[in-house]
Amino acid sequence: MSVGKSSTPLGKVRGLGSAQHGGEHWLTERVTSIALLLLGTWLIASLLLLPKLDQRTMVEWLRAPSGAVPMALFIVVGFRHALDGVKVVIDDYVHEGGSRFAWHTLMLFLAVGGAALALYSLARIAFGAVA
Amino acid sequence: MAASIVHRASGVALSIGGLGVLTWWLFAIASGADAYATFTKAAMHPLGLLVLVGLTWSFFQHLLTGIRHLIMDTGAAFELGINKTSAVLTFVGSLVLTAAVWFYLLGVAK
Repeated sequence: MSVGKSSTPLGKVRGLGSAQHGGEHWLTERVTSIALLLLGTWLIASLLLLPKLDQRTMVEWLRAPSGAVPMALFIVVGFRHALDGVKVVIDDYVHEGGSRFAWHTLMLFLAVGGAALALYSLARIAFGAVA
Repeated sequence: MAASIVHRASGVALSIGGLGVLTWWLFAIASGADAYATFTKAAMHPLGLLVLVGLTWSFFQHLLTGIRHLIMDTGAAFELGINKTSAVLTFVGSLVLTAAVWFYLLGVAK
C-alpha cells in the first residue's frame, strides 16, 4: 500500500480507489470500451446485413475468418468489460468485506464460465463441427 | 444524473442479459437446427421480443453515454448547457437507433 507517502505519480494511485487497484482498472475499462465501440458496431451491422437470420446463414457467417475472429474478440473483450464494470457497481454498493468478496467471486466465475461456453460454441462452428 | 445511472443500469443489463443471450444464441447455433429453432421461438415470443428490444436499447444507450463519458474523461463538456444537451442526445439517439434496427429486422423477417 502506498497511501500518502509516495512521491511518484504511479505510486500515488497504486492501491487507491474504492477497488484498491488505483488507476489500472479504470484505464482498462476505458480501453476495452473503445474496442467494444468497434466490435459492437461490427456485430450489429453484420446482423443487419446478413440476408437471413436462420441457423445455416449464421454457421456460414461464423465459419469464415471475417466472422469468427471479430466474434472471438467480442466474446473475450465483452466479458472482460462486463466483469470490470460490474466490479465497480459491487464496490460502490456492497461495503462489507465478506459479501463484497463473495459477489466478486460469483461474477468472476460467471464471466469466465460464460466466456468459455461462448468460445467453445464459436470454436465448434468455426472449425466445421456443426452441420 | 439520469444519464449516469442509466449508464450503470444498462451496463448491468448487458452484462447479465446481453452476454447471457449472446452465449445461448452461439450455443444454439453450435447445437444444430433444432436447438436454434428453440432459441428463435423464445426470441420471437412477445416476452422474448420485449427482452431483445430492451437489450438493443440498453446497448445503444450504454454505447452513447459511454462515448459521452469518454469525452468528459478528457475534461471537456462539463459546462451546464452542453452537458445537459449531450445527456438528452444520448436518450434521443438510443431510441432512434433501437427503432431503426427493429423496424428493419422485423421487415426482413416477414
